[in-house]
Formats: sequence, structure tokens, C-alpha cells
Amino acid sequence: MRWHPLEIVFWLCTLLPFVVTPNYLSLASQIAITALFALSLDLILGYAGIVSLGHAAFFGVGAYTAGLLAKHYWSEPLTGLVLAALAAGLVGYATSHIIVRFRHLALIMLTMGFGLLLHEAANSASGLTGGADGLQGFKVPAVLGFRFDMFGRAAYAYSLLILFACFLVARRIVNSPFGLALRGIRENALRMPAIGAPSRAHLRKAYTIAAVMAGIAGAVLTHTTSTVSLETLSFGRSADVLVILILGGAGRLYGGIIGAIIYMVARDQFSGLNPQYWYFWIGLLLVTVVMFLPNGILGGFARFFPRKT
Amino acid sequence: MLSSLAGVLFDGFAYGMLLFLLSVGLSVTLGMMNFVNLAHCSFAMVGGYATVSLMGKLGWPFLATLPMAFLAAGLVSILLERTLYRKLYRATDLDQCLLTIGIVFISIAAYAWFYTTEQQSIQVPEYLQGSVQAMGMTFAAYRIFLIMTGLVVLGLLVFLVERTRFGAQVRAAVDNQRMARGLGIDVDRAFMFTFALGGGLAGLGGALSIQMVGLDPTFALSYLVYVLIVVAVGGLGSIGGSFAAASVLGISDMAGKYYFPWLGAFLIYLVMVALLMWRPAGLFGKR
Amino acid sequence: MVAQDIALELPRGARHALIGPNGAGKTTLMNLMTGMLAPDSGRIFLDGAEITRDKPHDRVKKGLARTFQINTLFPQLSALESVALAVLEREGNAHNWWRGLPRFGGAIHEAQGILDSLKIPSRKETRELPYGQQRLLEIALALATRPKVLLLDEPAAGVPKDESAALFDAIDGLSRDLTILFIEHDMDVVFRFASRIIVMVGGRILVQGPPAEIARDERVREVYLGKARLAA
Repeated sequence: MRWHPLEIVFWLCTLLPFVVTPNYLSLASQIAITALFALSLDLILGYAGIVSLGHAAFFGVGAYTAGLLAKHYWSEPLTGLVLAALAAGLVGYATSHIIVRFRHLALIMLTMGFGLLLHEAANSASGLTGGADGLQGFKVPAVLGFRFDMFGRAAYAYSLLILFACFLVARRIVNSPFGLALRGIRENALRMPAIGAPSRAHLRKAYTIAAVMAGIAGAVLTHTTSTVSLETLSFGRSADVLVILILGGAGRLYGGIIGAIIYMVARDQFSGLNPQYWYFWIGLLLVTVVMFLPNGILGGFARFFPRKT
Repeated sequence: MLSSLAGVLFDGFAYGMLLFLLSVGLSVTLGMMNFVNLAHCSFAMVGGYATVSLMGKLGWPFLATLPMAFLAAGLVSILLERTLYRKLYRATDLDQCLLTIGIVFISIAAYAWFYTTEQQSIQVPEYLQGSVQAMGMTFAAYRIFLIMTGLVVLGLLVFLVERTRFGAQVRAAVDNQRMARGLGIDVDRAFMFTFALGGGLAGLGGALSIQMVGLDPTFALSYLVYVLIVVAVGGLGSIGGSFAAASVLGISDMAGKYYFPWLGAFLIYLVMVALLMWRPAGLFGKR
Repeated sequence: MVAQDIALELPRGARHALIGPNGAGKTTLMNLMTGMLAPDSGRIFLDGAEITRDKPHDRVKKGLARTFQINTLFPQLSALESVALAVLEREGNAHNWWRGLPRFGGAIHEAQGILDSLKIPSRKETRELPYGQQRLLEIALALATRPKVLLLDEPAAGVPKDESAALFDAIDGLSRDLTILFIEHDMDVVFRFASRIIVMVGGRILVQGPPAEIARDERVREVYLGKARLAA
């Protein structure tokens, strides 16, 4: 799969923060993590057409797994990452069996319901998860010898590398026969069985892969901040990532990343103001995007980023 | 033991009536036009804040503000429907969700601006405060009022839908929109009135909620989840379904808080997931 | 009861037409055969093997394909992508998420071949194709599964006269080994292609037989009161 020159430029630009905005590296890490989370949602929303209002469940499972490992003296991040991905993947695989049997409103509500259930469970099981206070009192000191310090260089490098690695995987999936099958399901779920496609099996696979990726994003958050908050499992986070993906444009691989950059930078800039203002502008943005830019920002630039065929 | 069960049922049913008022409009408009209006609870807030203003600034009595809450919310619904919503009837579910969430956000900001982010409270009249003793148990007067209101609204709605021509048009449009149009029914006008009615009822629900659950700008989001649960579980387009689902959910929530407080809201979500898996189209839904 | 007491046999290479008034249960019968609906009683066999309990996609794998009365296509996929997808599913390669699509040249080549034989342009998005070509794409998708039995649900439905020639050529050109059952309202099409006609009324089979016999049948005429063609 050939790389478009703009893609290469984009990824080179992701190295800029090290040099140009070294004081903002922790924000850059947050953006990379959110971008990965949004990318994982794109796989099921943008490509397979499953509207999920509970994707934070997998993000949270990854975050908590990584946190619990670190809290119990296993603070090597990379193995923690693998285990967190596994945990999130297992939860994703299990719920996928139920999710793929439903459509429309029932499907949306079920995804939301599972997310809410997990959030409540974590809230109640405070012995294990710290409840509303989250997991604290542990430290992930370094990755491969690079210390996580307050300058955030190691954190950003780590988040960026993981984002890029997962992006490469997502790119392969999207351009493969499986990716085509997912788009077929999105375009016409009824036609798929009529051409011999085992739609549910495809969807379970996509859902599991997306869960794994979301779990990885959560784990990276834990590693770079040495804390896990209950908010990682919240409905608010599920809704946020949905907004971010739609903002950037779903089904275009880069939509989640673009959306994350814009949303997080804007939120950082506006964080000084009253929260009311934030709600107002996001609301206005959503209304504008839906009315005038139905395919998100990337859709508006569709000439430069043609859908990969 | 029994009296606490009766108490839980009573309180839960009252809460359920509140949820019913807040949800029935959304259920019918979703069933009729398949338009996902997540801003429905913002209409509830219109009613709530209308009551607050009328009582606080103009000194109106509580009961008198209720029809105004209904009207105000109904008018705002029509306004939104005519200007923005009707452009998106053919859009995807997702787009409708996003647009209406955007409106929720804007409304949250607007209410915070005009009314501050504090919890609003009102003084309900004397005869609605306190409690009533019956059969050896104590029942809060306000909750009796809620239950009566809910039942009256249910009765009026059922009468409207089953006995009037307008109701027949609505039923036809919910059942099969294309055919209804083909029969010469002005579906768009029927929808506009239904939408206004649903919004108005939400406004009434919002006004009635202040005493029971409070009112602040985030109401639209906090209660959206419960409203969606009622609509999904009850079945789109079904008044009876909304009533049943709201009652079940209200009682489950109260029972959960009373008997299993360590579960928190877990019980409600579990009930929803289980009910949806059993009946994906809702208890009384089509298909 | 939409369909009952159906006893139907399709010999290899058949060109059978299923006709009847609206609501007679023809599409329901097809939905039962393909597994979209489950029968309350009765059994279905394909090539001697029972498929009554099989899921729809398993029946396709065993050689039973169908087209839809209303175009059920992939709007934003190109014709080539759509047919290639069907080929990949048939080959069992659609689960592969590691190798890029261009590496599956065989499937793409085969898809191109099917599209060429039906004269459908391959690169345009499905939603940009004219209606007649979309109807042909319906058939192309079904053919890509290499079926033994093909069920066509009103293949000519809504196709304007100037585009119907291509459609008829396509149906003509279908392999003689392929067993075909098609639902049609257009009697021109029926009498042109069918070697046997099955008439369904009110959920049951009224009568079946060679076209000439059916044309003379009194009961059929009653059902189609006013259809001048049947009297001919």
C-alpha cells in the first residue's frame, strides 16, 4: 500500500512537539492516547458501522489492568501493555457475542448499558479499584530505561510509538479483504449473508480488535500518568470519543487522529474559561459539523485524502 | 417488611410516573418519524426553569405554573422542529444523535448563563408537602400528586390516541408512514403536533421533577440515560410501553437503592440489558 | 399463514418461473428457501443434502444464491469491490486482515470477468450506476458465489424498456448447468425464458406445468382476469 506524500508529512510533523513545543509534551501524549482510542472506535464505527456508546469500557479495562499490575509491583510497561490488551480483548470478545445479535436502537443501548454496568461495578468494587477515587499510589517509573519525568519526553515518545504501531495495524486491516468485508457490512448488512459472508463472525473479530486497541490506549494512559481514574470507564468518555471521531470524519483512518488533535487542543485552550463556554462551543461545533460538514473535517477535504479503494 | 416493600413500590411508582412524563414524547416521536431527539430532556428543562422563574420572579402559585411549563416547552419544541430538525429527517441515526447532543450542550451553556449552575429549588404549596397516613403507612403527599398526574396524563393520552381522529392519524403514521401518506394523511402536520405534545409533556415532567430530584443545567444529560432506557425498553411509539417501562425502571431503581445500596445504579442497567436482550424491540415495540 | 403446503422440486438446469398475484407468497417462499425465514414445518433439500436448519450464509456456500426484488447493493463500494468481496467470501479469504487487497489478484480478476460479461463498468460507485446496471449487479453478485441454484426475485422489476435488452441477454447467457427459479410479473419475460411455470395464489401452489398448458388453464385465467397475454 503506497503512502501518500501528505501522510509522510503528517507523521513527520508529529515529531515537531519535541522541538517546537517542549512544554506541551504531556498534552501531546494525551492527544496521542486519545487519537489511538478514536482510531479503535473508527474500526467498528467508521468501517463496520456499529454505533457504540460504550467504547470506554475497553479503554478503562486496559487502564485498570495496567494500573493493577503496577500497583502490585509489576511496573514494566511493555509487558503490562500486552496483558492489558489481552484483558480488554477478552472482555471485547465476550461482549461481542451479544452485541452482534442486535441492531439499531437496541444495539446502541446495549453498548451503552455494558459501559454503564462496568463503570458501576468499578465504582462499587472499591477494594479492588479504589472506587470513585481510582487507583493511586503506584508509579510506573520508565519504559525501556527512559524515565517518565515531568518534561514528558519519554511519555510522548512512548505514546506516539504505540499510536504509530497500532496505526500501521489498522491500516493493514482497512486495506485487506477483511476491511472490505467490514465495509460491506456497513454498506448493506442484509446483503452480506446473501453472498455467503458470515457477518457475525466478522463483526466479533472487528469488535475484539477494536477492544484490544482501546485497551492499549488505556494502558498507555496509566503508564504515562501513573494513575487510573474512574472516569476512564465513564459514559462521558465514550461520548467524547464518539464526538472526536465524527469531528475528524469516520471511516477515513485519519479522522480519529485529526479529531483528537483539534478537540484536545481546543479544550486545553478553553480550559481557563468557564465550563459553560466549553459546552457552548462544542455544541455549536457539533451542530455545524452535522449540518454543513456531514463527513467531518476530513470529509470536507476529501479531495486530498481520497478513500482508500 | 411488607410496609417497606409497599413504600418502595409506592416511591418507585411515583418516580416512574416522572420518568413516564419525561419519556413518552420521545418514544412516540421516535416511533413515528424515527428521529432520534436526544435533546428531549432539554425541553424538560424549559418547563423546569419556566416554573422556577414564574414562581421566583412573578410569584405564581405552583399549580398555575404547570400549564405554562407545558406550553413553553411545547413552543420551544415546535420552534426547533421547524427550523433545524426537519432538515434531518432523512439523515442517519448517528447524525441526528450528534445534532441533538449539540443542542443539549448549547442549552446547558445557556441555562448556566442565565440561571447559574446551582441547584434550583421551589416551595411547593402546603397541601403538597408533608404526608398522608393510610393503612398504617405513610405516603408522601407530593408523590401521591405525581402518581395522580401520571395516571391522568396516561388516560388523556390513551383517549387521544384511541378515540380521536388525530390519534388515529398518529397511530397510522407510527405503523406505516409511507402508507399513511398514501392515504392522504398529513403526516408532517401530525408529527409537528405530536412533537409539540411530547415536548410539552417533557416540560411538565421537568417542572414536576424539581421537588423530587432537583434541577440544574446538567439535568438534560443526567436524565437522558434514564429516558433512553425507558424508550428502548418500552418500545418505540408505544404509550403503554413507556408507561410500563417507566414504572418498572422507577421501581427497580428505588428497590435497588433501598435493598442493595452498594449496587448503586447497577441494578437499573442490568435490568435494561436483560430486558433488551429478551425483547430487542422493547416490551411493546413493533416487530 | 403466508405460504403453506408447498411441494416444489427444481431439477438441474431448470428454468422455472414462479408467478402469481401480489401477496401470493412468492417472495416469502424465496425467503424460506434461502433461510431468511424459518419454516414452521417442512424440510428443504439442496442436491440431496438437507439444509432446513442451515443459516443463510451456509446455504450460499452450498450453492444456493439469490437476487433481491429491490436493489440490495453496497452503495459506496464500487461494482468491482462488491463482486470481488463476494468472490473473496466464497474463497474463504475474507477473514484475512493482514494482506493487502491488491495481492488477491485472482479474486479481482474473476470479479472483473463477471462484470465484463454483464457489461457493468467496474470502477464507479454502485450508487452512481444507472438502475438497469444495478439490477445486473444484483445478478453479478449472486453469480460470484458460483451457485448451483439461482433464485431471481423479479430481475426485470422497474427496468426501463431501453435497458431491459441487456438484462435479457444476461439471463439468456446464464449457464445451462445453473438451475434457475425466477419470480416475474412481466409475462414477456416469463414466456421467453421459462421451461415450466408455477402459479402461486394465496400462499399455495395453484398449478404447475409447461407454459402452453398454464396459458390454457382456466383457473389461472381467472386469477389473472384481464391479462390479455395469457389468453394468447
